[in-house]
Amino acid sequence: MNLRGITDGAGEWLRGSGPHSDVVISSRVRLARNLAGFHFVNRANRRQRYEVLEACRSQVLSKRLSENTIWVDLADSPAIDRQLLVERHLISRDLAKRSADTPRAVAIASDETFSVMINEEDHLRMQVLRSGMQLGDALSHIDRIDDILEEKLDFAFSRRFGYLSACPTNVGTGIRVSVMMHLPALKLTGEIERVKRAARDMHLAVRGLFGEGSESLGDLFQVSNQSTLGRTEKEILEDFERTIIPQMIAYEHQARQALIRQREKQLDDKIWRAWALLTNSRVMGTDEALSLLSHLRLGVHLDRIDATNIRTVNELFLLCQPAHLQRVMGQEMTPAARRIARADLLRQRLISHN
Amino acid sequence: MKYKCDQCDRPATYHAVEIIKGQKIEKHLCDQHAAEDGLGIKSAHAPINELLTNFVKATGETDKPSSALDLTCPDCGLTFSEFRDKSLLGCQSCYTAFEAPLTGLLERAHEGGNHHIGKVPRRGGGAGEQRQLQITRIRKRLNDAVEAEDYELAAQLRDDLSDLEADGGAPA
Repeated sequence: MNLRGITDGAGEWLRGSGPHSDVVISSRVRLARNLAGFHFVNRANRRQRYEVLEACRSQVLSKRLSENTIWVDLADSPAIDRQLLVERHLISRDLAKRSADTPRAVAIASDETFSVMINEEDHLRMQVLRSGMQLGDALSHIDRIDDILEEKLDFAFSRRFGYLSACPTNVGTGIRVSVMMHLPALKLTGEIERVKRAARDMHLAVRGLFGEGSESLGDLFQVSNQSTLGRTEKEILEDFERTIIPQMIAYEHQARQALIRQREKQLDDKIWRAWALLTNSRVMGTDEALSLLSHLRLGVHLDRIDATNIRTVNELFLLCQPAHLQRVMGQEMTPAARRIARADLLRQRLISHN
Repeated sequence: MKYKCDQCDRPATYHAVEIIKGQKIEKHLCDQHAAEDGLGIKSAHAPINELLTNFVKATGETDKPSSALDLTCPDCGLTFSEFRDKSLLGCQSCYTAFEAPLTGLLERAHEGGNHHIGKVPRRGGGAGEQRQLQITRIRKRLNDAVEAEDYELAAQLRDDLSDLEADGGAPA
């Protein structure tokens, strides 16, 4: 296995390009599918799980899906590689953590625009990832992948309930539309709680960078649909594209403008303090780094600071996370050593791009 | 990755904010201490667990001997009560075996949705199913149109519907 190729740069989801990339980090659409005739993963024994893995393997590696696809057998890959894939949003934390001998794998297009997890909660969890607000593209891409796989694989499907998933919360379309947003101004003005409540009233889930329990890390929020049954894929997606996301972008923009109008000095202070700490600290943890990078990113997008550029900031969001940091340093490190290496890396990258 | 457990050095996996007598108390605990504290193990499926428990309570099925809890999937052997604990089904046949108790649950989890109207796999689908689905979709749009008082659209959808049903010879 060779993950070296995918550690350079920020990958698709943090590329910082695409429509509305000042607020929308990435768009993701995933489908849950199970093979007909096999027990679901949680009730399958080791042999059955292995059979599923083998049945899927040649199909997900098909040249029709991507010219170059990397296959990562997660049962015999080091924890740090699995963590690296989690940080790049190519596999779930759940799949990374499962006990060592559970047959499971992920296929990743080398440009990281799509990945297929095998033997996660469902036999197949496929996702397409796009920078910025590109949900329509993401849906048509995943639909094409699903069509190609379906030519060779029999998916469990019922007329009444649609695509059958292990957890009934995913049944029907099996679709999860999620948009990762950077909302520092709503956080600073304290309006984020209102926005989150409104989103929840609309049956949307609002989670942090890595799902539950990582709330507001780096002011990054993932908004996704909860219901998957009784509406078409397109209807679910259009809610996001036409109403939910444009509204949240507008709120964030309003909050940014309000900060400039009413709290200009305080805003600049936040941004320049973030710069000062990032370029002078000698010891820094991940959470602090992400939170400071968030303020710096806001400053760059609002043209309040020209000491760095958005590409560098986006890359650092990823490189300061534990597995990426250890990759860059070329060795495994204790958390204490990482905090020192992280501060060094931030200083070097930010000052050299000055 | 954000907090350490309040009671040991392991990473906290359980997070809660409680308001007691107007005082905000944050709790960050690891799995073990969360269990000891009676907070239970954090599960990604907490909402559906809650739904299930409430659902079973609401229908009073816990008291009856021949309750939904005793249903067993003939294919994988999962019981409804096991499903309630784990909130994961064991195989595709579970959907048939537990159809009755699942229906109400699905409606709650999916904003009233209880019937698939999305994509159909070409292998599993077939022309008959496709037509059925089209009808269901148009019916839903018709319903929405009537609710939105868009009578022009509603009239057109009714025409589409009668065309489709005439084609397939389905009962009106």
